[in-house]
Amino acid sequence: MAFISSGYNPDKPMENRITDIGPRHFTEFLPPVIKNNKGKWLWHEIIEPGVLMHKAESGDEVYSVRVGTARIMGVETLREVLDIADKHCDGYVRWTTRNNIEFMVDSKDKVQPLKDDLLSRKFDGGSYKFPIGGTGAGMTNIVHTQGWIHCHTPATDASGTVKVVMDELFEEFGQMRMPAQLRISMACCLNMCGAVHCSDIAILGYHRKPPAIDHEEVDNLCEIPLAVAACPTAAIRPTKTTITDRKTGEEKSVKTVAIKNERCMFCGNCYTMCPALPLTDAEGDGLVIMAGGKVSNRIDAPKFSKVVVAFIPNETPRWPSLAKCMRQMVDAYVKGAKKYERFGHWAERIGWERFFEVTGLEFTHHLIDDFRDPAYFTWRQTTNFKF
Amino acid sequence: MPKHETPLLDQLESGPWPSFVSDLKRQAESRTQKQNDIEYQIPVDVVDDLLGLLELSYVEKEVHWKHGGIVGVFGYGGGVIGRYCDQPQKFPGVAHFHTVRVNQPAGKFYKTDFLRQLADLWDFRGSGVTNMHGSTGDIILLGTTTPQLEEIFFELTHNMNQDLGGSGSNLRTPESCLGESRCEWSCYDAQELCYQLTMEYQDELHRPAFPYKFKFKFDGCPNGCVASIARSDLSFIGTWRDDIRIDQEAVAAYVGGEIQPNGGAHAGKDWGPFDIQKEVIDLCPTKCMWMEGGKLKINDRECTRCMHCLNVMPRALRIGNDRGLSILAGAKAPILDGAQMGSLLLPFVKGEEPYDAIKEVIENIWDWWMEEGKNRERLGETMKRQGFQKLLEVTGIPADPRHVEHPRFTPYIFWKEEEVPGGFERDIADYRSRHPK
Repeated sequence: MAFISSGYNPDKPMENRITDIGPRHFTEFLPPVIKNNKGKWLWHEIIEPGVLMHKAESGDEVYSVRVGTARIMGVETLREVLDIADKHCDGYVRWTTRNNIEFMVDSKDKVQPLKDDLLSRKFDGGSYKFPIGGTGAGMTNIVHTQGWIHCHTPATDASGTVKVVMDELFEEFGQMRMPAQLRISMACCLNMCGAVHCSDIAILGYHRKPPAIDHEEVDNLCEIPLAVAACPTAAIRPTKTTITDRKTGEEKSVKTVAIKNERCMFCGNCYTMCPALPLTDAEGDGLVIMAGGKVSNRIDAPKFSKVVVAFIPNETPRWPSLAKCMRQMVDAYVKGAKKYERFGHWAERIGWERFFEVTGLEFTHHLIDDFRDPAYFTWRQTTNFKF
Repeated sequence: MPKHETPLLDQLESGPWPSFVSDLKRQAESRTQKQNDIEYQIPVDVVDDLLGLLELSYVEKEVHWKHGGIVGVFGYGGGVIGRYCDQPQKFPGVAHFHTVRVNQPAGKFYKTDFLRQLADLWDFRGSGVTNMHGSTGDIILLGTTTPQLEEIFFELTHNMNQDLGGSGSNLRTPESCLGESRCEWSCYDAQELCYQLTMEYQDELHRPAFPYKFKFKFDGCPNGCVASIARSDLSFIGTWRDDIRIDQEAVAAYVGGEIQPNGGAHAGKDWGPFDIQKEVIDLCPTKCMWMEGGKLKINDRECTRCMHCLNVMPRALRIGNDRGLSILAGAKAPILDGAQMGSLLLPFVKGEEPYDAIKEVIENIWDWWMEEGKNRERLGETMKRQGFQKLLEVTGIPADPRHVEHPRFTPYIFWKEEEVPGGFERDIADYRSRHPK
């Protein structure tokens, strides 16, 4: 493996350096039918699950075939996507916000050959490479984070949990039989890179044990005042302790922190500031399920998701309890909701007491909010409830 | 032959949904096969070791990536995230496994030649594993070694005219929906505004000078496909001020069942014949619509532009002509003090170049937040701590009932001295002259 230079000269880093040029301008990458009709679209129609048709003032039509992906994509699969785009779409392709790919063609007769090609491609393990769907009143792809594959703070794996749920609900991706769209999101810790807190259903990795304290390293790796200040519940205080030096065997006093365990809410913010306070733990870590949020302003304001399952353990590799719970929730929603009702609309209409009844989920004390002032506004302050 | 046995991960190859394990195995195998043809610049077995390390996490149910590590390219404070594994002896291929964020084009349209070039570069100088795309919107290149970072940056900028994205306490890579390029509901050119602000604020994007991260997201309409209202410090959402355009013939066609409602989105189930009263008029949140003589009427002055009627009847109803956008501030995920939704700050501004009014709002907010924001405090938290009035004061935006869901509950008004006649300086002798002890 010989090092091959790009032309960069490490002795003169500023020589020929190009910086602050930003991304490429998007108009370089628009297919002709899109470029020609930009800002002049009239209406659209989902002609079948996974296939959208947009009609322009000019009479032009663009057909977009939407396919799901795992988000993790090696360049071998990426090149296959590009080959398909070259073959069917004149060398253009786009991705959606929710990790789907859209292959666009400018006439209807090009749709079927494209679909046939996409569905004919499978991985060696047997799964589809490019399942078609993700449109309309159905379930689209799950947006998610890195998990154990690349992040340092996760409480679970992201790709694995998503794979399991998408397998369980696969038929919903390819059809549109729901009352409204169902947006599922996954974040592997409370930091929520995926901002899942406004999803119809959110899967969230969560720790349940306070950090372990590596007394030997706290003062070497961390600014103790920053670690103390990082705690939102003031559970961390500076202290001193005596440890045995690993090399010399001598007892020595070191600066470190102490944690009041009963105040810890397991957010991991201290670990972000101080690597000597790890949280990951096989027994402690698992999943929280939240539901009933949305980001659209349609009919009513955007809503936060609410915690409906306090804990599901990390049952690797296929998380059967997670799959079962998702199935229960989705089936109850499909059965009970009225047309146009999002998951949260349905839960609020029938009442949360009914929600737990029809989904079969257990209501425990963990689901009653006790975090600061906003908690009060979530308690029932009326005699209007259902038996 | 795979380098490591992965019996647990292998169980994630079955089932219909695209398997990331199969994808990674394919990538690992291709590197082994091509190693005599390509002078790989990082270990050939990087993806094999990634699978091995991930299998270990599946067995132990604990993560094996170490905390951060400061690496990057000269002169930038973001765009690269350092990553090292805590089992480098067992898995030397991923001892270094840094992430590179590449600033995606607005709306995520691509020409294949661009992505082919990127694939070749990443195959050669990295693991070949990507995320298309990361949560914030960047193209994510997962896994390379420190010596490759400058080389990758040099090739991106010199050969591909392409820059890195943001990370750390800076402006994160802005993201937009596909906007006017393929959507009839986009009320402004979301992609162009996203691009122009990305270019205007390159310094803020590459060189961290903020208390914490700062996100811009651009939704073309209130449907909010990029979720700006839930996750961006400044959320730009398209809207209009005049009347919804109505095509009464198309309304009649919907009523007559000639056109499927909701763009065909409910075609998978028999919901019965379309009922405009039940499905549109009764669900209108402001009840500003009615049928009269077979025609649909809208009292547009009372409409709050929620999009429901447009979504249900896209061929009959269109966004108005006096278009622009609303700016909302302070959204964030729960860390630390609970999740916050964006709060409406500027009800309406035209989305037209040179966007000076928008830049003024941004820069006024930054001046304040950079001065007053605490370490790791998002804009929304500074707003909560110092109050919405402060935000209005620093942006010079006048208070308006549109700013609140309802007026305040508490009468604890923090009157300013200049608002009260005579000021706050009291004279106790004067008081005692009327109220002896």
